[in-house]
Amino acid sequence: MDDVHKAFGPNRVLRGFSLEVTDGETLAVVGQSGTGKSVALKHMVGLLKPDKGSVWVDEQNLGDLDLEGLYRIRRKVGYVFQFAALFDSLTVAENVGMGLKRMKGWGKDDIRDRVRECLELVELTGMEDHHPAELSGGQKKRAGLARAIATQPDYLLYDEPTTGLDPVTTTVIDRLIIRTREELNVTAVVITHDMDSAYRVADRIGMLHEGVIRFMGTPEEIQACEDPVVRGFIEGKPELLQEEAV
Amino acid sequence: MKTGTLFDPLQVTGRSAVDTAAQIGRWGGLVLDSFRALPRVRTWGPLLLGQMARVGVNSVPIALFIATFTGVVMALQASYTFTGAVPIYFVGTLVGKTMILELGPVLTGLALSGRVGANIAAELGTMRVTEQIDALETLAYDPVAYLVVPRVLAGIIMFPAVVILATAIGIVAGWGTSLELLDMSTPEFMKGLRLFFDPWDVQFAAIKSLSFGFTVTSVGCFFGFTTTGGAEGVGGSTTRAVVVSSMVILVLDAFWAATLL
Repeated sequence: MDDVHKAFGPNRVLRGFSLEVTDGETLAVVGQSGTGKSVALKHMVGLLKPDKGSVWVDEQNLGDLDLEGLYRIRRKVGYVFQFAALFDSLTVAENVGMGLKRMKGWGKDDIRDRVRECLELVELTGMEDHHPAELSGGQKKRAGLARAIATQPDYLLYDEPTTGLDPVTTTVIDRLIIRTREELNVTAVVITHDMDSAYRVADRIGMLHEGVIRFMGTPEEIQACEDPVVRGFIEGKPELLQEEAV
Repeated sequence: MKTGTLFDPLQVTGRSAVDTAAQIGRWGGLVLDSFRALPRVRTWGPLLLGQMARVGVNSVPIALFIATFTGVVMALQASYTFTGAVPIYFVGTLVGKTMILELGPVLTGLALSGRVGANIAAELGTMRVTEQIDALETLAYDPVAYLVVPRVLAGIIMFPAVVILATAIGIVAGWGTSLELLDMSTPEFMKGLRLFFDPWDVQFAAIKSLSFGFTVTSVGCFFGFTTTGGAEGVGGSTTRAVVVSSMVILVLDAFWAATLL
Protein backbone atom coordinates (compact mmCIF):
# COMPACT_ATOMS: atom_id res chain seq x y z
CA MET A 1 0.00 0.00 0.00
CA ASP A 2 1.47 3.30 -1.05
CA ASP A 3 0.52 6.61 0.59
CA VAL A 4 -3.11 5.58 1.06
CA HIS A 5 -5.55 8.19 2.30
CA LYS A 6 -9.10 7.31 3.29
CA ALA A 7 -11.76 9.43 4.98
CA PHE A 8 -15.35 8.72 5.96
CA GLY A 9 -16.99 12.14 5.97
CA PRO A 10 -14.90 14.38 8.21
CA ASN A 11 -13.16 11.39 9.82
CA ARG A 12 -9.73 11.03 8.18
CA VAL A 13 -8.87 7.42 8.97
CA LEU A 14 -5.80 6.74 6.84
CA ARG A 15 -3.48 9.69 6.26
CA GLY A 16 -0.66 8.45 4.06
CA PHE A 17 -0.63 4.81 5.10
CA SER A 18 2.17 2.83 3.44
CA LEU A 19 2.93 -0.82 3.98
CA GLU A 20 4.95 -3.44 2.13
CA VAL A 21 4.48 -7.12 2.85
CA THR A 22 7.25 -9.54 1.88
CA ASP A 23 6.45 -12.95 0.38
CA GLY A 24 6.10 -15.66 2.97
CA GLU A 25 6.09 -13.43 6.04
CA THR A 26 3.38 -12.90 8.63
CA LEU A 27 3.00 -9.21 9.32
CA ALA A 28 0.91 -8.00 12.24
CA VAL A 29 -0.60 -4.52 12.22
CA VAL A 30 -1.39 -3.35 15.74
CA GLY A 31 -2.97 -0.20 17.06
CA GLN A 32 -5.74 1.13 19.21
CA SER A 33 -9.35 0.38 18.34
CA GLY A 34 -10.70 2.81 15.78
CA THR A 35 -7.33 3.72 14.26
CA GLY A 36 -8.23 2.19 10.89
CA LYS A 37 -6.56 -1.21 10.96
CA SER A 38 -9.57 -2.98 9.46
CA VAL A 39 -10.00 -0.15 6.96
CA ALA A 40 -6.40 -0.70 5.82
CA LEU A 41 -7.02 -4.45 5.50
CA LYS A 42 -10.15 -3.95 3.41
CA HIS A 43 -8.11 -1.87 0.97
CA MET A 44 -5.78 -4.83 0.43
CA VAL A 45 -8.54 -6.87 -1.19
CA GLY A 46 -10.37 -4.01 -2.89
CA LEU A 47 -13.36 -3.92 -0.53
CA LEU A 48 -12.58 -0.23 -0.04
CA LYS A 49 -11.02 2.11 -2.55
CA PRO A 50 -8.49 4.70 -1.42
CA ASP A 51 -9.33 8.40 -1.78
CA LYS A 52 -5.68 8.89 -2.67
CA GLY A 53 -2.72 6.55 -3.04
CA SER A 54 -2.56 3.04 -4.44
CA VAL A 55 -2.76 -0.59 -3.41
CA TRP A 56 -0.64 -3.16 -5.23
CA VAL A 57 -1.02 -6.94 -5.17
CA ASP A 58 1.29 -9.07 -7.33
CA GLU A 59 2.50 -5.93 -9.07
CA GLN A 60 -1.04 -4.98 -10.09
CA ASN A 61 -2.63 -1.74 -8.96
CA LEU A 62 -6.09 -2.67 -7.68
CA GLY A 63 -7.37 0.74 -8.79
CA ASP A 64 -6.59 -0.10 -12.42
CA LEU A 65 -8.41 -3.42 -12.43
CA ASP A 66 -11.91 -4.07 -13.75
CA LEU A 67 -14.27 -6.34 -11.80
CA GLU A 68 -12.93 -9.52 -13.41
CA GLY A 69 -9.35 -8.47 -12.69
CA LEU A 70 -10.30 -7.80 -9.09
CA TYR A 71 -11.91 -11.24 -8.81
CA ARG A 72 -8.72 -12.84 -10.15
CA ILE A 73 -6.77 -11.15 -7.37
CA ARG A 74 -9.38 -12.06 -4.76
CA ARG A 75 -9.10 -15.73 -5.69
CA LYS A 76 -5.51 -15.53 -4.46
CA VAL A 77 -6.53 -13.99 -1.15
CA GLY A 78 -8.26 -15.52 1.85
CA TYR A 79 -9.95 -13.13 4.28
CA VAL A 80 -10.77 -14.05 7.86
CA PHE A 81 -13.36 -11.64 9.20
CA GLN A 82 -13.48 -10.27 12.73
CA PHE A 83 -16.84 -11.89 13.46
CA ALA A 84 -16.31 -14.70 10.94
CA ALA A 85 -19.05 -13.39 8.57
CA LEU A 86 -20.31 -16.90 7.93
CA PHE A 87 -23.41 -17.14 5.77
CA ASP A 88 -26.30 -17.79 8.18
CA SER A 89 -28.40 -19.76 5.76
CA LEU A 90 -25.65 -22.21 4.82
CA THR A 91 -24.10 -25.08 6.76
CA VAL A 92 -20.47 -25.01 7.83
CA ALA A 93 -19.53 -27.28 4.92
CA GLU A 94 -21.38 -25.08 2.42
CA ASN A 95 -19.68 -22.00 3.87
CA VAL A 96 -16.24 -23.54 3.54
CA GLY A 97 -16.91 -24.79 0.02
CA MET A 98 -18.39 -21.50 -1.19
CA GLY A 99 -15.18 -20.12 -2.70
CA LEU A 100 -14.34 -23.41 -4.40
CA LYS A 101 -17.59 -23.33 -6.38
CA ARG A 102 -16.22 -20.27 -8.18
CA MET A 103 -13.06 -22.06 -9.24
CA LYS A 104 -12.65 -24.09 -12.40
CA GLY A 105 -11.96 -27.81 -12.17
CA TRP A 106 -13.60 -28.41 -8.80
CA GLY A 107 -16.31 -31.08 -8.89
CA LYS A 108 -18.69 -31.85 -6.04
CA ASP A 109 -16.53 -34.70 -4.73
CA ASP A 110 -13.37 -32.56 -4.87
CA ILE A 111 -15.11 -29.79 -2.95
CA ARG A 112 -16.42 -32.22 -0.32
CA ASP A 113 -12.92 -33.68 0.18
CA ARG A 114 -11.30 -30.26 0.38
CA VAL A 115 -13.92 -29.03 2.86
CA ARG A 116 -13.28 -32.08 5.05
CA GLU A 117 -9.52 -31.45 4.84
CA CYS A 118 -9.90 -27.79 5.85
CA LEU A 119 -12.25 -28.56 8.71
CA GLU A 120 -9.77 -31.15 9.94
CA LEU A 121 -6.99 -28.54 9.84
CA VAL A 122 -9.03 -26.17 12.02
CA GLU A 123 -10.23 -29.02 14.24
CA LEU A 124 -13.89 -28.80 13.28
CA THR A 125 -14.29 -32.32 11.97
CA GLY A 126 -17.86 -33.51 12.36
CA MET A 127 -19.34 -29.99 12.27
CA GLU A 128 -20.03 -30.04 8.52
CA ASP A 129 -23.81 -30.02 8.80
CA HIS A 130 -24.09 -27.47 11.59
CA HIS A 131 -25.31 -23.94 10.91
CA PRO A 132 -23.28 -20.91 12.11
CA ALA A 133 -25.88 -20.15 14.81
CA GLU A 134 -25.02 -23.47 16.45
CA LEU A 135 -21.30 -22.66 16.77
CA SER A 136 -19.42 -20.96 19.60
CA GLY A 137 -17.40 -17.79 18.93
CA GLY A 138 -14.15 -19.74 18.64
CA GLN A 139 -15.71 -22.34 16.35
CA LYS A 140 -17.06 -19.57 14.11
CA LYS A 141 -13.60 -18.04 13.84
CA ARG A 142 -12.14 -21.43 12.95
CA ALA A 143 -14.87 -22.05 10.37
CA GLY A 144 -14.09 -18.61 8.92
CA LEU A 145 -10.43 -19.58 8.73
CA ALA A 146 -11.34 -22.88 7.04
CA ARG A 147 -13.36 -20.95 4.45
CA ALA A 148 -10.45 -18.58 3.85
CA ILE A 149 -7.87 -21.35 3.30
CA ALA A 150 -10.15 -23.65 1.28
CA THR A 151 -9.18 -22.04 -2.02
CA GLN A 152 -5.48 -22.48 -1.20
CA PRO A 153 -4.75 -18.76 -1.35
CA ASP A 154 -1.32 -17.19 -1.64
CA TYR A 155 -2.27 -14.51 0.88
CA LEU A 156 -4.29 -14.58 4.07
CA LEU A 157 -5.71 -11.51 5.72
CA TYR A 158 -6.86 -11.85 9.32
CA ASP A 159 -9.08 -9.14 10.81
CA GLU A 160 -8.85 -9.33 14.61
CA PRO A 161 -8.75 -13.13 14.66
CA THR A 162 -8.61 -13.39 18.46
CA THR A 163 -10.83 -10.51 19.55
CA GLY A 164 -13.48 -11.56 22.04
CA LEU A 165 -12.03 -15.00 22.64
CA ASP A 166 -10.90 -16.51 25.93
CA PRO A 167 -7.12 -16.98 26.42
CA VAL A 168 -7.19 -20.69 25.62
CA THR A 169 -9.14 -20.24 22.38
CA THR A 170 -6.88 -17.29 21.52
CA THR A 171 -3.85 -19.58 21.78
CA VAL A 172 -5.62 -22.20 19.66
CA ILE A 173 -6.30 -19.61 16.93
CA ASP A 174 -2.72 -18.32 17.11
CA ARG A 175 -1.41 -21.85 16.68
CA LEU A 176 -3.72 -22.30 13.70
CA ILE A 177 -2.33 -19.13 12.11
CA ILE A 178 1.21 -20.44 12.59
CA ARG A 179 0.25 -23.91 11.37
CA THR A 180 -1.48 -22.46 8.32
CA ARG A 181 1.65 -20.51 7.43
CA GLU A 182 3.87 -23.56 7.88
CA GLU A 183 1.64 -25.98 5.99
CA LEU A 184 0.36 -23.70 3.24
CA ASN A 185 3.32 -21.31 3.01
CA VAL A 186 1.09 -18.27 2.77
CA THR A 187 1.90 -14.60 3.20
CA ALA A 188 -0.28 -13.20 5.95
CA VAL A 189 -1.36 -9.88 7.38
CA VAL A 190 -2.87 -10.04 10.86
CA ILE A 191 -4.80 -7.09 12.24
CA THR A 192 -4.91 -7.20 16.02
CA HIS A 193 -4.68 -5.16 19.18
CA ASP A 194 -3.66 -8.22 21.17
CA MET A 195 0.11 -7.81 21.62
CA ASP A 196 0.65 -11.33 23.01
CA SER A 197 -0.99 -12.71 19.91
CA ALA A 198 1.11 -10.44 17.66
CA TYR A 199 4.34 -11.58 19.36
CA ARG A 200 3.36 -15.22 18.85
CA VAL A 201 2.36 -15.16 15.19
CA ALA A 202 4.23 -12.29 13.53
CA ASP A 203 7.61 -12.02 11.84
CA ARG A 204 7.21 -8.24 11.81
CA ILE A 205 4.88 -5.89 13.63
CA GLY A 206 3.73 -2.50 12.39
CA MET A 207 1.97 -0.06 14.67
CA LEU A 208 -0.74 2.12 13.15
CA HIS A 209 -1.21 5.45 14.84
CA GLU A 210 -3.08 8.51 13.56
CA GLY A 211 -3.50 7.05 10.07
CA VAL A 212 0.13 6.13 9.39
CA ILE A 213 2.54 3.35 10.34
CA ARG A 214 4.30 4.77 13.37
CA PHE A 215 6.70 1.87 13.90
CA MET A 216 7.75 -1.23 11.96
CA GLY A 217 10.03 -3.95 13.27
CA THR A 218 10.38 -7.46 14.61
CA PRO A 219 8.61 -8.48 17.83
CA GLU A 220 11.93 -8.01 19.65
CA GLU A 221 12.43 -4.56 18.16
CA ILE A 222 8.98 -3.32 19.12
CA GLN A 223 9.48 -4.54 22.69
CA ALA A 224 12.71 -2.56 22.85
CA CYS A 225 11.25 0.54 21.16
CA GLU A 226 11.59 3.79 23.13
CA ASP A 227 8.88 5.70 21.26
CA PRO A 228 6.41 6.78 23.99
CA VAL A 229 3.42 6.15 21.71
CA VAL A 230 4.55 2.60 21.00
CA ARG A 231 5.39 2.02 24.67
CA GLY A 232 2.07 3.51 25.72
CA PHE A 233 0.22 1.07 23.47
CA ILE A 234 2.13 -2.12 24.22
CA GLU A 235 2.23 -1.43 27.96
CA GLY A 236 -1.39 -0.25 28.03
CA LYS A 237 -0.57 3.24 29.33
CA PRO A 238 -2.98 5.74 27.77
CA GLU A 239 -1.24 8.66 29.50
CA LEU A 240 1.78 8.17 27.22
CA LEU A 241 -0.46 8.37 24.15
CA GLN A 242 -2.17 11.47 25.55
CA GLU A 243 1.16 13.19 26.22
CA GLU A 244 2.03 12.64 22.60
CA ALA A 245 -1.29 14.16 21.52
CA VAL A 246 -0.60 17.26 23.68
CA MET B 1 -31.13 37.32 10.88
CA LYS B 2 -30.09 33.72 11.54
CA THR B 3 -29.82 31.52 8.49
CA GLY B 4 -28.79 27.93 7.94
CA THR B 5 -30.18 26.56 11.18
CA LEU B 6 -31.81 23.18 11.54
CA PHE B 7 -35.17 24.92 11.72
CA ASP B 8 -34.77 26.78 8.50
CA PRO B 9 -37.62 25.18 6.51
CA LEU B 10 -35.97 25.96 3.19
CA GLN B 11 -32.75 24.31 4.23
CA VAL B 12 -34.51 21.26 5.64
CA THR B 13 -36.66 20.89 2.52
CA GLY B 14 -33.67 21.40 0.25
CA ARG B 15 -31.54 18.89 2.11
CA SER B 16 -34.37 16.38 2.07
CA ALA B 17 -34.84 16.85 -1.69
CA VAL B 18 -31.11 16.42 -2.33
CA ASP B 19 -31.00 13.30 -0.13
CA THR B 20 -34.00 11.82 -1.92
CA ALA B 21 -32.50 12.56 -5.33
CA ALA B 22 -29.22 10.95 -4.22
CA GLN B 23 -31.08 7.87 -2.96
CA ILE B 24 -32.95 7.56 -6.27
CA GLY B 25 -29.63 7.88 -8.08
CA ARG B 26 -28.03 5.14 -5.97
CA TRP B 27 -31.08 2.90 -6.44
CA GLY B 28 -30.75 3.49 -10.21
CA GLY B 29 -27.09 2.50 -9.94
CA LEU B 30 -28.03 -0.77 -8.26
CA VAL B 31 -30.64 -1.48 -10.94
CA LEU B 32 -28.02 -0.78 -13.62
CA ASP B 33 -25.56 -3.11 -11.87
CA SER B 34 -28.30 -5.76 -11.82
CA PHE B 35 -28.69 -5.51 -15.59
CA ARG B 36 -24.93 -5.78 -15.97
CA ALA B 37 -24.93 -8.86 -13.73
CA LEU B 38 -27.58 -10.66 -15.82
CA PRO B 39 -24.98 -12.49 -17.96
CA ARG B 40 -23.61 -14.14 -14.76
CA VAL B 41 -26.23 -16.86 -15.03
CA ARG B 42 -23.98 -19.38 -13.24
CA THR B 43 -24.14 -17.16 -10.15
CA TRP B 44 -27.85 -16.34 -9.97
CA GLY B 45 -29.34 -19.24 -11.94
CA PRO B 46 -29.16 -21.89 -9.19
CA LEU B 47 -30.76 -19.47 -6.70
CA LEU B 48 -33.72 -18.35 -8.81
CA LEU B 49 -36.12 -21.22 -8.04
CA GLY B 50 -35.57 -20.88 -4.30
CA GLN B 51 -36.25 -17.15 -4.46
CA MET B 52 -39.35 -17.71 -6.59
CA ALA B 53 -40.65 -20.00 -3.85
CA ARG B 54 -39.85 -17.47 -1.12
CA VAL B 55 -41.20 -14.45 -2.98
CA GLY B 56 -44.16 -16.11 -4.67
CA VAL B 57 -45.28 -19.43 -3.25
CA ASN B 58 -44.81 -18.37 0.38
CA SER B 59 -46.82 -15.21 -0.29
CA VAL B 60 -49.86 -17.05 -1.62
CA PRO B 61 -51.62 -17.53 1.76
CA ILE B 62 -51.58 -13.83 2.71
CA ALA B 63 -52.51 -12.79 -0.84
CA LEU B 64 -55.45 -15.20 -0.92
CA PHE B 65 -56.58 -14.16 2.56
CA ILE B 66 -56.72 -10.51 1.53
CA ALA B 67 -58.34 -11.26 -1.83
CA THR B 68 -61.04 -13.47 -0.31
CA PHE B 69 -62.25 -10.85 2.13
CA THR B 70 -61.93 -8.09 -0.44
CA GLY B 71 -64.14 -10.10 -2.82
CA VAL B 72 -66.73 -10.62 -0.07
CA VAL B 73 -66.78 -6.93 0.87
CA MET B 74 -66.91 -5.79 -2.75
CA ALA B 75 -69.98 -7.93 -3.43
CA LEU B 76 -71.77 -6.72 -0.30
CA GLN B 77 -70.95 -3.06 -0.88
CA ALA B 78 -71.93 -3.27 -4.55
CA SER B 79 -75.26 -4.78 -3.59
CA TYR B 80 -75.79 -2.09 -0.94
CA THR B 81 -74.98 0.64 -3.47
CA PHE B 82 -76.99 -0.78 -6.37
CA THR B 83 -80.16 -1.87 -4.57
CA GLY B 84 -83.18 -0.31 -6.22
CA ALA B 85 -81.11 1.73 -8.65
CA VAL B 86 -79.04 -0.60 -10.79
CA PRO B 87 -79.77 -4.20 -11.85
CA ILE B 88 -78.31 -6.59 -9.29
CA TYR B 89 -76.18 -8.45 -11.87
CA PHE B 90 -73.94 -5.37 -11.92
CA VAL B 91 -72.53 -6.78 -8.67
CA GLY B 92 -70.63 -9.25 -10.85
CA THR B 93 -69.42 -6.39 -13.06
CA LEU B 94 -68.16 -4.35 -10.15
CA VAL B 95 -66.50 -7.27 -8.39
CA GLY B 96 -64.77 -8.41 -11.58
CA LYS B 97 -63.66 -5.01 -12.83
CA THR B 98 -62.40 -3.68 -9.51
CA MET B 99 -60.67 -6.91 -8.54
CA ILE B 100 -58.88 -7.24 -11.88
CA LEU B 101 -58.04 -3.60 -12.52
CA GLU B 102 -57.33 -2.29 -9.05
CA LEU B 103 -57.84 -4.21 -5.85
CA GLY B 104 -56.20 -7.49 -6.84
CA PRO B 105 -52.90 -5.94 -7.99
CA VAL B 106 -52.71 -3.04 -5.53
CA LEU B 107 -53.76 -4.80 -2.32
CA THR B 108 -51.57 -7.78 -3.14
CA GLY B 109 -48.71 -5.44 -4.02
CA LEU B 110 -49.05 -3.56 -0.75
CA ALA B 111 -49.30 -6.76 1.27
CA LEU B 112 -46.24 -8.17 -0.46
CA SER B 113 -44.29 -4.97 0.03
CA GLY B 114 -44.68 -5.70 3.74
CA ARG B 115 -43.95 -9.40 3.53
CA VAL B 116 -41.40 -9.63 0.73
CA GLY B 117 -39.84 -6.14 0.77
CA ALA B 118 -39.32 -6.17 4.53
CA ASN B 119 -37.92 -9.69 4.41
CA ILE B 120 -35.40 -8.81 1.69
CA ALA B 121 -34.31 -5.56 3.35
CA ALA B 122 -33.88 -7.22 6.74
CA GLU B 123 -31.99 -10.20 5.33
CA LEU B 124 -29.61 -8.20 3.14
CA GLY B 125 -29.26 -5.51 5.81
CA THR B 126 -28.18 -8.12 8.33
CA MET B 127 -25.78 -9.58 5.77
CA ARG B 128 -24.35 -6.10 5.21
CA VAL B 129 -23.78 -5.22 8.88
CA THR B 130 -22.35 -8.67 9.68
CA GLU B 131 -19.92 -8.36 6.73
CA GLN B 132 -21.44 -11.34 4.90
CA ILE B 133 -21.70 -9.25 1.72
CA ASP B 134 -18.03 -8.31 2.08
CA ALA B 135 -17.29 -12.01 2.57
CA LEU B 136 -19.06 -12.80 -0.70
CA GLU B 137 -16.88 -10.26 -2.47
CA THR B 138 -13.68 -11.70 -1.01
CA LEU B 139 -14.77 -15.12 -2.32
CA ALA B 140 -14.92 -13.54 -5.80
CA TYR B 141 -18.73 -13.51 -5.97
CA ASP B 142 -20.52 -10.56 -7.50
CA PRO B 143 -22.94 -9.73 -4.65
CA VAL B 144 -25.37 -8.07 -7.05
CA ALA B 145 -25.53 -11.20 -9.20
CA TYR B 146 -25.76 -13.45 -6.15
CA LEU B 147 -28.20 -11.50 -3.98
CA VAL B 148 -30.06 -8.90 -6.04
CA VAL B 149 -30.65 -10.48 -9.46
CA PRO B 150 -32.41 -13.67 -8.27
CA ARG B 151 -34.66 -11.70 -5.90
CA VAL B 152 -35.64 -9.08 -8.47
CA LEU B 153 -36.25 -11.70 -11.18
CA ALA B 154 -38.31 -13.74 -8.73
CA GLY B 155 -40.39 -10.63 -7.98
CA ILE B 156 -40.93 -9.88 -11.66
CA ILE B 157 -41.95 -13.47 -12.41
CA MET B 158 -43.98 -14.29 -9.30
CA PHE B 159 -45.88 -11.10 -8.50
CA PRO B 160 -48.09 -11.35 -11.64
CA ALA B 161 -48.74 -15.03 -10.89
CA VAL B 162 -49.72 -14.33 -7.27
CA VAL B 163 -51.85 -11.34 -8.29
CA ILE B 164 -53.73 -13.28 -10.96
CA LEU B 165 -54.38 -16.11 -8.52
CA ALA B 166 -55.49 -13.69 -5.80
CA THR B 167 -57.74 -11.83 -8.21
CA ALA B 168 -59.39 -15.05 -9.31
CA ILE B 169 -59.97 -16.08 -5.71
CA GLY B 170 -61.37 -12.62 -4.92
CA ILE B 171 -63.87 -12.96 -7.76
CA VAL B 172 -64.81 -16.45 -6.62
CA ALA B 173 -65.35 -15.07 -3.09
CA GLY B 174 -67.56 -12.32 -4.52
CA TRP B 175 -69.50 -14.91 -6.50
CA GLY B 176 -69.96 -17.11 -3.40
CA THR B 177 -71.11 -14.11 -1.39
CA SER B 178 -73.57 -13.14 -4.11
CA LEU B 179 -75.07 -16.64 -4.06
CA GLU B 180 -75.18 -17.08 -0.31
CA LEU B 181 -75.90 -13.60 1.04
CA LEU B 182 -77.41 -11.62 -1.84
CA ASP B 183 -79.78 -14.24 -3.24
CA MET B 184 -78.27 -13.86 -6.68
CA SER B 185 -77.98 -16.76 -9.08
CA THR B 186 -74.81 -17.89 -10.81
CA PRO B 187 -76.10 -16.84 -14.27
CA GLU B 188 -76.88 -13.35 -12.90
CA PHE B 189 -73.38 -12.98 -11.43
CA MET B 190 -71.74 -14.36 -14.60
CA LYS B 191 -73.81 -12.03 -16.77
CA GLY B 192 -72.49 -9.05 -14.85
CA LEU B 193 -68.94 -10.43 -14.80
CA ARG B 194 -68.92 -10.86 -18.58
CA LEU B 195 -70.69 -7.59 -19.33
CA PHE B 196 -67.68 -5.27 -19.51
CA PHE B 197 -64.94 -7.90 -19.36
CA ASP B 198 -62.04 -7.15 -21.64
CA PRO B 199 -59.06 -9.54 -21.88
CA TRP B 200 -56.84 -6.45 -21.93
CA ASP B 201 -57.80 -5.89 -18.28
CA VAL B 202 -55.93 -9.04 -17.30
CA GLN B 203 -52.86 -7.94 -19.25
CA PHE B 204 -53.13 -4.55 -17.58
CA ALA B 205 -53.18 -6.23 -14.15
CA ALA B 206 -50.20 -8.39 -15.10
CA ILE B 207 -48.18 -5.38 -16.29
CA LYS B 208 -49.01 -3.49 -13.11
CA SER B 209 -48.11 -6.38 -10.84
CA LEU B 210 -44.89 -7.01 -12.75
CA SER B 211 -43.88 -3.41 -12.09
CA PHE B 212 -44.87 -3.82 -8.42
CA GLY B 213 -42.74 -6.97 -8.18
CA PHE B 214 -39.76 -5.13 -9.61
CA THR B 215 -40.34 -2.19 -7.27
CA VAL B 216 -40.78 -4.17 -4.06
CA THR B 217 -37.77 -6.43 -4.62
CA SER B 218 -35.38 -3.80 -6.00
CA VAL B 219 -36.26 -1.29 -3.28
CA GLY B 220 -35.88 -4.00 -0.62
CA CYS B 221 -32.49 -4.99 -2.04
CA PHE B 222 -31.41 -1.35 -2.23
CA PHE B 223 -32.21 -0.53 1.38
CA GLY B 224 -30.71 -3.83 2.53
CA PHE B 225 -27.51 -3.24 0.57
CA THR B 226 -27.06 0.29 1.89
CA THR B 227 -27.71 -0.56 5.54
CA THR B 228 -25.27 0.88 8.02
CA GLY B 229 -24.96 0.44 11.77
CA GLY B 230 -26.27 -2.53 13.67
CA ALA B 231 -29.74 -3.77 14.59
CA GLU B 232 -31.10 -0.22 14.53
CA GLY B 233 -29.81 0.23 10.98
CA VAL B 234 -31.45 -3.01 9.88
CA GLY B 235 -34.74 -1.93 11.47
CA GLY B 236 -34.55 1.46 9.75
CA SER B 237 -33.83 -0.12 6.37
CA THR B 238 -36.72 -2.52 6.74
CA THR B 239 -39.15 0.27 7.57
CA ARG B 240 -37.88 2.46 4.72
CA ALA B 241 -38.16 -0.43 2.26
CA VAL B 242 -41.82 -1.00 3.14
CA VAL B 243 -42.77 2.69 3.21
CA VAL B 244 -40.97 3.60 -0.01
CA SER B 245 -42.13 0.58 -1.99
CA SER B 246 -45.74 1.12 -0.84
CA MET B 247 -45.58 4.74 -1.96
CA VAL B 248 -44.04 3.81 -5.31
CA ILE B 249 -46.74 1.16 -5.83
CA LEU B 250 -49.44 3.82 -5.45
CA VAL B 251 -47.61 6.20 -7.79
CA LEU B 252 -47.16 3.42 -10.36
CA ASP B 253 -50.83 2.52 -9.99
CA ALA B 254 -51.80 6.03 -11.00
CA PHE B 255 -49.15 6.09 -13.75
CA TRP B 256 -50.37 2.88 -15.39
CA ALA B 257 -54.01 4.02 -15.13
CA ALA B 258 -53.10 7.28 -16.85
CA THR B 259 -50.98 5.72 -19.57
CA LEU B 260 -52.56 2.35 -20.35
CA LEU B 261 -56.31 2.80 -19.84
